[in-house]
Amino acid sequence: MGLPVHELASGETPVDLLGLAARRSRNSLVVTLLGVMLAASTVLCTAVGPVWTGPDDVLDVLRTKLLGTAVEVDQTVEVIVWDVRLPRVLMATAVGAGLAVCGAALQAMVRNMLADPYLLGINSGASSGAAATILFGVTLGLGEHALSASAFLGALAASLLVFVVARASGRITSIRLLLAGVAVGYALSALTSFLIFASGSAEGARSVMFWLLGSLGLAQWGAPLLALGLVVAATVVLLTAWGRHLDALAIGDETALVLGVSPARFRTRLLAVVSLCIGFVVAASGSIGFVGLVVPHLARRLVGAAHAWAIPVSALLGALFLLWADLFSRMLLQPRELPIGIVTAMVGAPFLLLLIRRLHPGA
Amino acid sequence: MITADAIHFAYGDRTVLDSVDLAAPHGEVLGLVGPNGSGKTTLLRTLHASLRPRAGTVLIDSEQLTTLSAREIARRVAVVVQETAGDLPLLVSDMVLLGRTPHRSGFARRGREDEQIAAAALTQVGALHLAGQPFDGLSGGERQRVLIARALAQGSSHLLLDEPTNHLDVRYQHEILDLARDLALTSDHTVVVVLHDLNLAATYCDRVLLLDRGTVVAAGTPDEVLTPPLLEPVYQVAVRRLELDDGFQLAFRPLITRTPQRNSR
Repeated sequence: MGLPVHELASGETPVDLLGLAARRSRNSLVVTLLGVMLAASTVLCTAVGPVWTGPDDVLDVLRTKLLGTAVEVDQTVEVIVWDVRLPRVLMATAVGAGLAVCGAALQAMVRNMLADPYLLGINSGASSGAAATILFGVTLGLGEHALSASAFLGALAASLLVFVVARASGRITSIRLLLAGVAVGYALSALTSFLIFASGSAEGARSVMFWLLGSLGLAQWGAPLLALGLVVAATVVLLTAWGRHLDALAIGDETALVLGVSPARFRTRLLAVVSLCIGFVVAASGSIGFVGLVVPHLARRLVGAAHAWAIPVSALLGALFLLWADLFSRMLLQPRELPIGIVTAMVGAPFLLLLIRRLHPGA
Repeated sequence: MITADAIHFAYGDRTVLDSVDLAAPHGEVLGLVGPNGSGKTTLLRTLHASLRPRAGTVLIDSEQLTTLSAREIARRVAVVVQETAGDLPLLVSDMVLLGRTPHRSGFARRGREDEQIAAAALTQVGALHLAGQPFDGLSGGERQRVLIARALAQGSSHLLLDEPTNHLDVRYQHEILDLARDLALTSDHTVVVVLHDLNLAATYCDRVLLLDRGTVVAAGTPDEVLTPPLLEPVYQVAVRRLELDDGFQLAFRPLITRTPQRNSR
């Protein structure tokens, strides 16, 4: 006695022929775990510093500030947690997520797994803009935001230049984009160095450190932080939604076209989104290397290459990575602060080597 | 139904296609044959707007190709192109699901329906068991079948194939073309296929278009077009036609031989 097959199969879950439901639940688990880890790390990294405040103090401050619940909190602790550490920790998550998703998108866009967000010379543009502000006092009447505003304008100008050069004969191709980015990047780096040398200012040398190796030390509450958060969040959502288009473009222009995705037009849109996001990131934190290069590889290992998963997971991993890297940069040589780019490179480079070995097991 | 009328295409000053007409009706396989550089791949590309002809019109089911967006074309015409996935380790199931791209707007997540269509497409090409494997680990024949499955998942009633039998062994050559022919006959698809192997064209095509230096030399059934008098001047080769019970096969020799034939020693 057995039930007819069609009655057995008419349950609410159809047979998972492609093995996709299994992957979906596994990947959802990964996302959930990373989300929990990120939330916990945010609290923990806010608690840790030269002055140790317990995680419960952090939660108390958050409760007071966000929910308005009156909890007894020491005034000094409140200032340290709310005014000093929290903006920095939030900036770390935003910068890490932004760098990682832009790296993943660029790797698909130029079809090269070694691409990173600074490939397009955007950071060089930002440093040129910042150097001009610091050295010649070009403030554009923006007062305290002059530095990040000029860095942002420099970043946009650089990506626009890359765009125009890459587009020279009508269409943007991967290789032309790569070459244009490298050329513009070198030219603008030279310009920055020239500006610093020409002015001979000590301030200039310090800022070179900032733009070359990055720092989250400038983080504070205010419009720039809010703008950074919003731009990064919008970028993550948009790139996730474009996941399948990114898959198609990563396979090839011809494949993208036959799947109804005009490669030139899509590449233009991607370039606009990525430039904008990286412009905000670099203006806030300087050039922090290796996050955009390494994190997407790790994300793909965790959830597979399809961008609909790889993008959000890159965002979470990038945020986590930078959060902890910043903690190390603050704590390792205290009271001095290590430029965060040194930490990301020290962790990222060996990690990349490991990934390369794993990538081609036979070779 | 794909109709091309007086297609003219040129790279710079070099004319590649000169007033080429083409008609590919539903339920038939049209083969594009001709020597290297005769313009058959270029012609195929103008049929899905990958290349835009200088003059002439292409109609897909009586709609002008130039009035359709890339996405609208992808819903009507599926193309099997030879591109490796590069460094991106996509799974076979991801690859086939990409075929649903033209049917979904960016923000809509792919639904159960898409997955069922993809599974059905993989089943149709006999590759469902490969679904969970990375695409770049497949053999040539498996890749080709997966790419055809992706084209099937697109749900378009026109299928274009550019030398789908390249680098495949004899068995897969016949399997792939048998599959294409089956689609034309049972699902009423329009199939246009660029072929180098004239014997495969003779076996699987309903109609053949013979191109030479960008112009149509002959168009018609394989029986009418694949004849020694038409082929010899185009390919510069001696052609013998061997009639079989179920068709014919062609045998080729160079026009001028440098070496004595083995069997005439």
